[in-house]
Amino acid sequence: MNFKLLGLTSIIGLSTILSGCGETKTTGIEPKFMADALFHVMEADRTVYTKLIIGRLTKKDKVIKASENWKDEKALVLPAQMFRYGSERVAEKTSDFSYSLLSLWPVNAQNKPKTDVEKTGLKFIADNPGENFYANEDLGGQKYFTAIYPDIAVAGACISCHNEHKDSPRTDFKLGEVMGGVVIRIPTKS
Amino acid sequence: MKKISKSWLLSIVITIGIIIYFSTNLIVEEQEVFAPGDMTHGHHQIEMSCATCHDASSNNKPGPVLQHACMNCHGAELKESDDSHPKSKFTDPRNFARVKELDARLCMTCHTEHKLEITNSMGVTLPEDFCFKCHQEIADDRPSHKGMEFTSCGTSGCHNYHDNTALYEDFLVKHMDDKSHKEVSQVKTVSLANEISTLDQYPIEKYPLKTLINADIDAPLSVQYDNTVSEDWSATSHAQAGVNCTACHKVKQKSGELKWVDKPNHESCKTCHTSEVEGFLAGKHGMRLKEGLSAMTPAMALLPMKKSSHSKELSCVSCHSSHKFDVKHAAVESCLNCHNDKHSQAYKDSPHFIAWHNEVNGTVKADTGVSCATCHMPRTEKDINDTSIVLSEHNQNMNLRPNDKMLRTVCMSCHGLGFSINALADKKLIEKNFKGLPSVHVESIDLVKDRVLKNKTPKEGNP
Repeated sequence: MNFKLLGLTSIIGLSTILSGCGETKTTGIEPKFMADALFHVMEADRTVYTKLIIGRLTKKDKVIKASENWKDEKALVLPAQMFRYGSERVAEKTSDFSYSLLSLWPVNAQNKPKTDVEKTGLKFIADNPGENFYANEDLGGQKYFTAIYPDIAVAGACISCHNEHKDSPRTDFKLGEVMGGVVIRIPTKS
Repeated sequence: MKKISKSWLLSIVITIGIIIYFSTNLIVEEQEVFAPGDMTHGHHQIEMSCATCHDASSNNKPGPVLQHACMNCHGAELKESDDSHPKSKFTDPRNFARVKELDARLCMTCHTEHKLEITNSMGVTLPEDFCFKCHQEIADDRPSHKGMEFTSCGTSGCHNYHDNTALYEDFLVKHMDDKSHKEVSQVKTVSLANEISTLDQYPIEKYPLKTLINADIDAPLSVQYDNTVSEDWSATSHAQAGVNCTACHKVKQKSGELKWVDKPNHESCKTCHTSEVEGFLAGKHGMRLKEGLSAMTPAMALLPMKKSSHSKELSCVSCHSSHKFDVKHAAVESCLNCHNDKHSQAYKDSPHFIAWHNEVNGTVKADTGVSCATCHMPRTEKDINDTSIVLSEHNQNMNLRPNDKMLRTVCMSCHGLGFSINALADKKLIEKNFKGLPSVHVESIDLVKDRVLKNKTPKEGNP
């Protein structure tokens, strides 16, 4: 009988633990989980576009070129522009998160790190290949969870474009190197 | 005692009179009594339509200006021009410090209406050196800019805040060696048949694309008209494209029934000429009609107009004239019937007019003349239902201000980029309607040339 009671108590206890009863209620998805998930989608789309569209059509098949001035030159949108246009469309729809592509060696000077977290984070991911950087920051009175992920040179097109661009401050990028970072910001209450 | 009573009575009557006068003015067209100041050339036509821009939820007085009201009219234009400073640039949290300096998320930050005394060109009400707020370090990136005044960024012919489609560096590089005049000078050709082909709902079975003659006229027998009407129509591209009388005159009623209307308005034209009518309604000629006000008349204009035309009400047919729809007449004479500024007066003494005159007389190829409309209602490619089609842009603002919006859509059909930039920066030459050569030289292409040559030398290592 005692064993039955003990068994029943154990089952209830285990069920309680497993079902999460008694835990402090969370208010939604953890910012880090959300940022990581967003980055996985961004990185996948960015890699697919860079390899299957840009790399294949401009380098391998040579049927069309990619250009910063894609509209005038009837060319493909550059991967970095594709990323930015997506980010701008998201900004039109929501302020629940924002993202951008920054670099210590940007072609466009506007994409240099600006905040302390950006400066520290971009240096960290460049010095520690394969690692991400997470921090909290306060920008204009609003708190943010900020995640910075390495942006890797996944195709020859990435390095040739950056190494040959007249405004690029660095011209020795190699395949597989960190060229910059994807910065995702999620506003938080604390 | 009797005198005092009369004075009181008089005061009460006057007070009530004043209240009634002002109350009435709040709901009738003359809201300008309460307008806080004169409006710019861009909005004065719709001054009486407060709710177009202001929050109208309060009955007492116009509320704050609504951001989406600005975008309703100017959003498409900004998108078309690949706005160099889109809102998203300022909603990005990393740019919070810039927003503190200049809240460019809102149009009103830079363009405040009713403040004519502090309004600069382009309706900007900020001091002209506002670029300094974000670009004070520009000389670090562009040493050639060292020592340049920030008041000159947007006034010297080099940059615009929104539209830089003809001024961006790679474009200048591409065209830096352009000659002043191109070997082939011709604008794009328009075709009504092409336009019809883009219309999903066009009743092609009822109005097949075939040339019609007077015997084909399908107006009801009850409709009276003289021979001039049928002769005018039969000479038009309408008749050549199979557009019969009922195509314009049978207008859909609220009940859905098609009923003959003697004088159809722009809504009828819009059935086929959607883009042109939308442009007309968005531009200075038609914006009053769009807001439900009476039609614009030259008497209301801020530009000098001919007195003889002051009472003319602007509509599609005021320029195109009903039944004739002579686009050549609409392209010059219709404009000059009203416009009376120095630039317009000088047109018929300009080389542009000579080219137009030759085209009209058939001594040169079609589409090589330069009419008023060639520059101010240019033929531009538009994407309609995934088809690119050439149409006349009827919204003058799309390429009028700043005037370098004209570079790509107009000037560069015949001229090189550098020559065109200089010409558009020369106010006296504009007054003379481009009779002569530019006396102004804009440095932008020189600066770009220098930079390109410097970049040809190998870089020494990496930072």
